[in-house]
Amino acid sequence: MERSRNNILGRIDWLTVLMYLLLVTFGLINIYSSAYNEAHPRLFDFSMRYGKQFYWILLTLVIATVILALHPRFYYFFAWPLYLLSLLLLVMVLVIGATIHGSTSWISVAGVHIQPSEFAKVATALVLARYLSEYNVTLEHFRDLVKASLIIIAPAALIMLQPDMGSAFVFIAFILVLYREGLRAEVLLIGFLFIVLFIITLIVDKTIVLGILLGLALLIHLLVEKKPLLTVKGAVILVATGGILWLGMTLLHKGISLYTVIFLSLLAGTVILLPFIYRLKLVRTAILYGVLILAMLFTFSVNYVFNNILEPHQRTRINIVLGIESDPYGSGYNVNQSKIAIGSGGFTGKGFLRGTQTKFNFVPEQSTDFIFCTVGEEWGFLGTFGVIAFYILFLMRILYLAERQRSAFSRVYGYSVFSLFSFHVLVNIGMTIGLFPVIGIPLPFFSYGGSSLWAFTILLFIFIRLDADRLEMTF
Amino acid sequence: MKDTSQYAGRRYVVAGLVILIALIYIVRLLTIQVLDKSYRLSASNNVLRHITQYPARGLIYDRNHTLIVSNEAAYDLMVIPSQVESFDTAEFSALLEVPEKDIREGLRKATVYSRLKASILVKQIPAVTYARLSEKMYKYPGFYVQPRTLRYYNRHLAAHMLGYVGEVTEKTIQKDPYYKMGDYIGISGIERSYEKELRGRKGVKIYLVDVHNRIKGSYRHGRYDTAAVVGANLTASFDAGLQAYGEYLMNNKVGSIVALEPATGEVLCMVSSPGYDPELLVGRNRRTYFPALVQDTLKPLFNRAIMASYPPGSTFKVVNALIGLQEKVLYPSYKYECHAGYYAAGVHVGCHIHRSPLNLVEAIQISCNAYFCNVFRNILDDPKFPTIYQSFENWKHHLEMFGFGHPLGIDLPNELSGYLPDTSYYDRYYHKNGWSSLTLISMAIGQGELGFTPLQMANLAATVANRGYYLTPHVVKEIEGRDSINRRFREEHLVGIDRKYFDIAVEGMDRVVNGEPGSGSTARIAHIPDIRVCGKTGTAQNPHGKDHSIFMAFAPKDTPRIAISVYVENGGFGATYAAPIASLMIEKYLKGKITRTWLEDYIRKTDLIHGEKQK
Repeated sequence: MERSRNNILGRIDWLTVLMYLLLVTFGLINIYSSAYNEAHPRLFDFSMRYGKQFYWILLTLVIATVILALHPRFYYFFAWPLYLLSLLLLVMVLVIGATIHGSTSWISVAGVHIQPSEFAKVATALVLARYLSEYNVTLEHFRDLVKASLIIIAPAALIMLQPDMGSAFVFIAFILVLYREGLRAEVLLIGFLFIVLFIITLIVDKTIVLGILLGLALLIHLLVEKKPLLTVKGAVILVATGGILWLGMTLLHKGISLYTVIFLSLLAGTVILLPFIYRLKLVRTAILYGVLILAMLFTFSVNYVFNNILEPHQRTRINIVLGIESDPYGSGYNVNQSKIAIGSGGFTGKGFLRGTQTKFNFVPEQSTDFIFCTVGEEWGFLGTFGVIAFYILFLMRILYLAERQRSAFSRVYGYSVFSLFSFHVLVNIGMTIGLFPVIGIPLPFFSYGGSSLWAFTILLFIFIRLDADRLEMTF
Repeated sequence: MKDTSQYAGRRYVVAGLVILIALIYIVRLLTIQVLDKSYRLSASNNVLRHITQYPARGLIYDRNHTLIVSNEAAYDLMVIPSQVESFDTAEFSALLEVPEKDIREGLRKATVYSRLKASILVKQIPAVTYARLSEKMYKYPGFYVQPRTLRYYNRHLAAHMLGYVGEVTEKTIQKDPYYKMGDYIGISGIERSYEKELRGRKGVKIYLVDVHNRIKGSYRHGRYDTAAVVGANLTASFDAGLQAYGEYLMNNKVGSIVALEPATGEVLCMVSSPGYDPELLVGRNRRTYFPALVQDTLKPLFNRAIMASYPPGSTFKVVNALIGLQEKVLYPSYKYECHAGYYAAGVHVGCHIHRSPLNLVEAIQISCNAYFCNVFRNILDDPKFPTIYQSFENWKHHLEMFGFGHPLGIDLPNELSGYLPDTSYYDRYYHKNGWSSLTLISMAIGQGELGFTPLQMANLAATVANRGYYLTPHVVKEIEGRDSINRRFREEHLVGIDRKYFDIAVEGMDRVVNGEPGSGSTARIAHIPDIRVCGKTGTAQNPHGKDHSIFMAFAPKDTPRIAISVYVENGGFGATYAAPIASLMIEKYLKGKITRTWLEDYIRKTDLIHGEKQK
């Protein structure tokens, strides 16, 4: 490949830029169709959503040019200031922000609404890249892992306060970055197990969950230690303490649930077992025991979080995906209508501007979070397949670019870009086809909205800029 | 640079994860877009019809389980503008018996509201028209009929208490997403305060409809349907017989009757006169009658029982006596002179001629103004307190404990608080420290700035009947499917005055009704041969016309089962109309029949509205 130190244009990865332009263009076409109005057919009509989106796209070209003109060193040195600035903005938005749809996530500056949470993603990616590329930092050290986690959690927590759960959940995507940079696979696995536990706890009665966990722990113990006698002893102690507890409470005429009995007897069992564990150095037993107790506390907290922290509409959305609740007029309405719209597209779709379900307001939030419906209805399975396949190509290209970086900074940043885009694409499409709760996050480059379009563009073009200088990067 | 190359292989895990999820999505899309035809079927003609399943509203019974309010069927013609094809409006209008221009106008409005959502075009079509219409429905795609229920009144009474049902307003829809355009909601009375219980829960049935507007079956085998839940039935606390009798007696009079069961706080009857027939505000009737009711100068829609504020008049003497006793500035043995009134420092409060001096029980019996001017001054000039500001606040605190000056919290909307003045009121009116117990003397006998609602007055009677406490008055005693009504209706509110003092007040109120002839009892007309009625008359000065006639009472004396307040606007003395009405109500409730028909006739024939007495 020909490279010239003076000509940046020659070093840019034009393939990625081309993919970006295709996505943005196809997005605009769909916004045009979803907001189409016979009275305002002109694309450039600023009173229509597509008109606005069109001007915003033009503006992104300016933004992209500015980003490409800056030296990579700029992003390296300004990572922390930008991050702190975005935290400040997130705090400010809580104080002076405008409330739209129940969450305070917008700042109005000179008539333009800005959503700081969109830009916080970029800043977090930069700081994470900067921190993880420091010489002494390795995720194998617990302390560094905690620091890296704090970098991610701080903006997410502020966004939760708005409250905008969807945008906050996006920060989960950074786990993939940590994983690539050496996070222990067990952590991911345990995290995954806890998610499974979360879902099971919501569906099944928690007493049953507790019973299963207990049985599972004893089984694992038996398999790992291969000392049946010890396992039986442990089980007997647990059952005995539980029995005594239950008997005592029943005699005292205090109502006590089976759940509490199991839990308390486990705690009591801990006290009895602890000396044995210590004396016999049963390390694996201790770990297993710890995980079991944590899991039990977790089942307890799931119900608490679910019933007390989540908003009613969020509970309903989760319930609908889990099939516990069906409500085609309320919260399930979006998803149901969205599925009908996509499903009605058939194999080849109804054709451009011919969609009937997505016209008017059949599918709510249709040009923003549910833009994929328009694709599904008007372009059919060919369209949806094509869009998903193209996104996958785009994501794989970014992954490829990330891995070819020589500097850790660029690589970590590239992974952040990949992770954030993956999360947005998969979760957004997942919710339109009813495989994921509706958490209201945009589809990159497709969804209507200036803030998200600009933020995604900035995110991508910084990486393109870093990639262009990958051979010269010394940090 | 540190080396993380040992993790480089993880790129395949990450990429694999993303691709795996994408594959799952593609399979899902293949299923819903290509393999499963039902989505296409339901959308291609845009023919999902959501038919709301309106539950029947809960029934309302009276305390004896007599059915008072039930439902009858009616049909709304609905339209979805986007599905409407051109049709013969003239024929349609003839079919519906609705003017053609109304249909055009309705259609236009519906289109403005939403092209895709259903709007009501014609409300409450009678069953006969509905039968004719349903045969021709196939000619009119985009239209369908939605069954609804309207209120039906088995007994035409208690309109204010029951309230009425109407369509939700735009504002309510915005506040509460449960409601959709055209839904019914309780607007006043029990219908409003128990809306959540009465309404039940709407359900929805989703149908597939073909191009000829015919229902082809349920959408996805009813997977997304929800069943409607019928509203809960209520048992109201009032006695339909007593309520009807009260309305009968109050005919041609303006005022209010409130009767309570002292032991429970249940409202036995609540009459606000003039009233109206609840049926006038049902469905299509309302459009005709509502404006007339609003414009009526006698304000029949105004629930006087909980919203009107009148001075209590002499009934208030009982309260001042109780406060005086509790504060130990009055003893039953105290005697005060009365020489046709009370004279002090240039202030004169008149009184009728009677024997003098009197003790407390006699003073209540005879309703001596002078005696209670002394009592009131004892209270406000109580040396326990450094200035009148403290003693006034203390007195006012006692009144608040009785439930005056704030809404009692009855389970009806729009209850008002009456009025209690505070010291700043007098500071404004006179100047700081520029007023004394003499300045306020008119409140000694319940005139002046005080304002009580008839409900508060009935609650006072109940408090005296209970000798010291009351339960918050309420109009609903049972909700089907619930163990209990709101717990706050089961709490005893102590008014902070000892029982022994109430015994003295009761003695006085007993003598008001049952004193020897010629002993000066003010309401012997309320006497019932074998029921011990205790009561107190009152006459509220009315700057706008003739005084209001007031009576509060309870009976029987030792085992009270009913406490009552009666207000007759412009009725003159308490004993003239209010006392006989209260007495008849008590007899009706406790005995079930009226023996003193002459008294009933006298009340019945009195017309205070049309300016002449037809005796």
